[in-house]
Amino acid sequence: MASLPPKHPVQQGTADAAGGADAHHHPPKGLLRWVLTTNHKEIGTLYLLFSLLMFLIGGVFALVIRAELFQPGLQLVQPEFFNQMTTMHGLIMVFGAVMPAFVGLANWMVPLQIGAPDMALPRLNNFSFWLLPVAFTLLLSTLFMPGGAPNFGWTFYAPLSTTYAPPSTTFFILSLHIAGISSILGAINIIATILNLRAPGMRMMDMTLFVWTWLITAFLLIAVMPVLAGVVTMMLMDINFGTSFFNAGGGGDPVMFQHLFWFFGHPEVYIMILPAFGIVSVIIPTFARKPLFGYASMVYATASIAILSFMVWAHHMFVVGLPLVAELFFMYSTMLIAVPTGVKVFNWVATLFRGSISYEPAMLFAIAFVILFTIGGFSGLMLAISPADFQYHDTYFVVAHFHYVLVPGAIFSIMAAVYYWLPKWTGHYPHLRLSQWHFWLSVIGVNLTFFPMHFSGLAGMPRRIPDYSLQFADFNMVSSIGAFMFGLSQLLFVVIVFMCARGGEKAPAKTWDGAVDLEWTVPSPAPLHTFETPPQYRPAEADH
Amino acid sequence: MATPNPDTQRNVNRTVIKTLVVLAGMFAFAFALVPLYDVFCQVTGLNGKTSAKAQSLVSGDVDSSRTVTMQFITRSSAGLPWRLETQTRQVRVHPGQSTEVHFSFTNLGKEVDVARAVPSVTPSEAALHLRKLACFCFQNQRLRPGEKMEAPLVFQLDKQLPEDIRTVTLVYTLYPQEMEVSSSG
Amino acid sequence: MRKWHVWMTAGTLLLSGELSLNGKLQAAGWNMPVGVTDISREVHSLHMTIFWICVVIGVVVFGAMFYSLFRYRRSKGAQAAKFHEHTTVEVIWTAIPLLILIGMAVPATATLKKMYDASEADLDVMITGQQWRWQYSYLGEDVNFISSLATPREQISGDQERGENYLLEVDQPLVLPVGKKVRLLMTSDDVIHSWWVPELAVKQDAIPGFVNENWVRINEPGIYRGQCAELCGKDHGFMPVVVQAMEEEEFDAWLAERKSAASEEAAGADREWKLDELMERGEQVYGSICAACHQPNGAGLPPTFPALAGNQALLDDREHHLDTVLNGVAGTPMPGFRTTLSPVELAAVITYERNAWGNDTGDVVQPSEIAEQLAE
Repeated sequence: MASLPPKHPVQQGTADAAGGADAHHHPPKGLLRWVLTTNHKEIGTLYLLFSLLMFLIGGVFALVIRAELFQPGLQLVQPEFFNQMTTMHGLIMVFGAVMPAFVGLANWMVPLQIGAPDMALPRLNNFSFWLLPVAFTLLLSTLFMPGGAPNFGWTFYAPLSTTYAPPSTTFFILSLHIAGISSILGAINIIATILNLRAPGMRMMDMTLFVWTWLITAFLLIAVMPVLAGVVTMMLMDINFGTSFFNAGGGGDPVMFQHLFWFFGHPEVYIMILPAFGIVSVIIPTFARKPLFGYASMVYATASIAILSFMVWAHHMFVVGLPLVAELFFMYSTMLIAVPTGVKVFNWVATLFRGSISYEPAMLFAIAFVILFTIGGFSGLMLAISPADFQYHDTYFVVAHFHYVLVPGAIFSIMAAVYYWLPKWTGHYPHLRLSQWHFWLSVIGVNLTFFPMHFSGLAGMPRRIPDYSLQFADFNMVSSIGAFMFGLSQLLFVVIVFMCARGGEKAPAKTWDGAVDLEWTVPSPAPLHTFETPPQYRPAEADH
Repeated sequence: MATPNPDTQRNVNRTVIKTLVVLAGMFAFAFALVPLYDVFCQVTGLNGKTSAKAQSLVSGDVDSSRTVTMQFITRSSAGLPWRLETQTRQVRVHPGQSTEVHFSFTNLGKEVDVARAVPSVTPSEAALHLRKLACFCFQNQRLRPGEKMEAPLVFQLDKQLPEDIRTVTLVYTLYPQEMEVSSSG
Repeated sequence: MRKWHVWMTAGTLLLSGELSLNGKLQAAGWNMPVGVTDISREVHSLHMTIFWICVVIGVVVFGAMFYSLFRYRRSKGAQAAKFHEHTTVEVIWTAIPLLILIGMAVPATATLKKMYDASEADLDVMITGQQWRWQYSYLGEDVNFISSLATPREQISGDQERGENYLLEVDQPLVLPVGKKVRLLMTSDDVIHSWWVPELAVKQDAIPGFVNENWVRINEPGIYRGQCAELCGKDHGFMPVVVQAMEEEEFDAWLAERKSAASEEAAGADREWKLDELMERGEQVYGSICAACHQPNGAGLPPTFPALAGNQALLDDREHHLDTVLNGVAGTPMPGFRTTLSPVELAAVITYERNAWGNDTGDVVQPSEIAEQLAE
């Protein structure tokens, strides 16, 4: 913890309703300081470290899966445990790694980018973080329970997850509830901060794209996390209190589970990608040394993607036997999403056009994001074509698709953000040579892992199977080699981050010469308390 | 922390209250989706769900220009030693015509049991044009060991049934109604 | 005129290149199969169309991107321009994708409509998913059987060399006539399964308590293999679908043979069976139906799948054993087999379970006894 920003005397504030001031009065030392902190930067760091830990745990689960799939036959694990691994990998990565990482970045950077002294509700902030370790300790503990961990996939379709579920399901539901509350509280805090604590003179349309996308994401969270809570509550009642929401025998309907789940689930997918759009929209202009092309259309595109996300959920259910009209509606609405998404990609390319481009590690990850996310977008467009989806549905083609948007999509954007802002957090540049190694190993590893999955899926390999027929053997072997390459190169990432926290080349306040946003006006490392006097925001300076 | 501006604090509180209201609304909405979904299913025929109440006969002409094949399939489910049968595997009807079909329930077990026949219709678009005037599927059936019961189904396919639907299949799955989960296999 | 010719040649070359590439990819198992129905051909052509559209867009977008990345390197002294919007360009790149999408939606809609028209079928087959096997019944024909994985366990564990159709082979395939429209009704006894054969372009969820329909008209005789496509528990990966398509006369003969075999089987229930005979038959039935959960050695996989070896609750109570096998247990993966197995098979498997793995009760359950129970 040598990298902690220096403490400095805190200005005495009148007790504010949100309670931030008192907590700083006598800052506790050691571990307790981290437990009780209400500082947005410290909480941001906690979120990021937590999500890194979850990323590694979820990654180990992924490697168990890939190791078993290295060759046909059952070698390492039994099918029951394999199913637990796919389920836990999905849950941990979605709710434990990607979402908390974005919340951590928001905690650190939203106040800095809008010129606010802290989040609007600092104590709530502390609470929403500390719910996470509770939720995920509970979730991971199900692995050691009799009957094993949840084994019904991260989408937990009823009745596999209700009537036929292992006893640990009740704990799984509880942990999802806790993680959900954490996300909701985090979202409330972010909305309250962005709407109320902007520096004087900063209008909504002056905010960076990162702040904008997070604002929209927070609204999505508020809208859909309660629906998830509702769904898992219904499951809980079906399992423990004899209701039959999802049980056909009692007058319920298993398909309704899928409708409710995907009504949450599809916006959830965008919750995991909109902040990534924001990050990339901030990084690309910095290293192209040219303002973002089409700022306004980026904002509108993000908003329309968010709105459309409520109208496309049943494209996950094309094979459940929807009536023809529903099938057509969801096909058209899904295809429509390609339009605002395309606008974003075109804008990024136009930002690069006639820029003055340099290739720092953050920029490398951002460029890889644009290319590989677009490939994921193409397969998404193919999946939208409902008659063709009958062939793609629930195969490795889908696995390839969503891993392209989540790994070189969401995860790469998070890495880009870490390389971009690490100097601001620690005061040092990350080790350049190692960062480049990390980038190239990751890019090659990711493509080796996920590109062959397109082929195995098209050739007919269903997802979530522990063993496969011989025709898929070559693809799977390549995927497994790529997965281990990608997984091991993330250890390099851990090394780079900790090296950077301990020392390295000193970074100035304005770390990158092309950077324009407000966070680059405070020193590096950012002191614990910044913008105590709100800065006067002048749009011309920020160059939007 | 800097002295918070009281105005700002008030605005923050207001934002928080608004988001909490939305939040509570969305949680309630999730549960409201359950009845809404049923309504939606009945309006669109989604999932082949039929009405759970007896409907009235729509009187009027029988459309004898076309004939639709109405198929009946009966299934039982685990844990229920009952048999549900029908003598009528399929029947050809004109839209608008009302028809009666007989089903029989037999308890082959050694205990009194309660069960219900859960209907499903395919193609699902037909569900909304299948009117059941009398059906055993509206309530639970209770049979003593060895008891056999005859039950009628009176139905009508209304004339709005789309022209391209020429076969309608109605499947009844018999489910026990006192679910006793036992671990012995 | 000459130019025109050149373009034509280039176009033809490109097209044939595409076709041969496509053929190669398929042969090597890299692409979606074209399949053996008119619908599967249409689906494949939709797939290839949207794929090539994506390739073209990709070439344009990535081309522009890589051009910028190389051309405007700061290390080569590039100076940044200042522009940051251009309304016309933005309108154009919103409108063009929209037009492409409309162009794509038209054929997709047409194909989808055809796929949804299951009317006027020549044959109806009911497909029931069960953890972890498929049950097929030919409606109105009294033919009804279970189809489960035929790959030996030794191949899965690696003790034996894996065969060509490893994990894609069943004991009894679904037999369908060529050239006839077959309506497929799908449902499930327990969790959601999904019946999928890539070469028929049919994938449909089988949902407990609900019925879905789909249809297929196969153009060529052959054996087509697929798998369950919806996670359905432990043996989701071991639940293949095999369809054998044959000429109509051949199919009729097969159906007639199935029926006579069924009546022969039923007649078997009238005679007295010896313990050895029942044990032999029972082992067969147990291996194909029961062993996936209760394990070949009867040890089960507690707590979900109880052991049968030394299970006193069953051994002490013969009635309970019969009831469980005939009617299943609600809320568990144990289905009832009263309609899916014949009296002989039921009697054999129960006898086997009561005498194998050291259970040694010496009990013989006669097929006639089961037949009587079923007829009650």
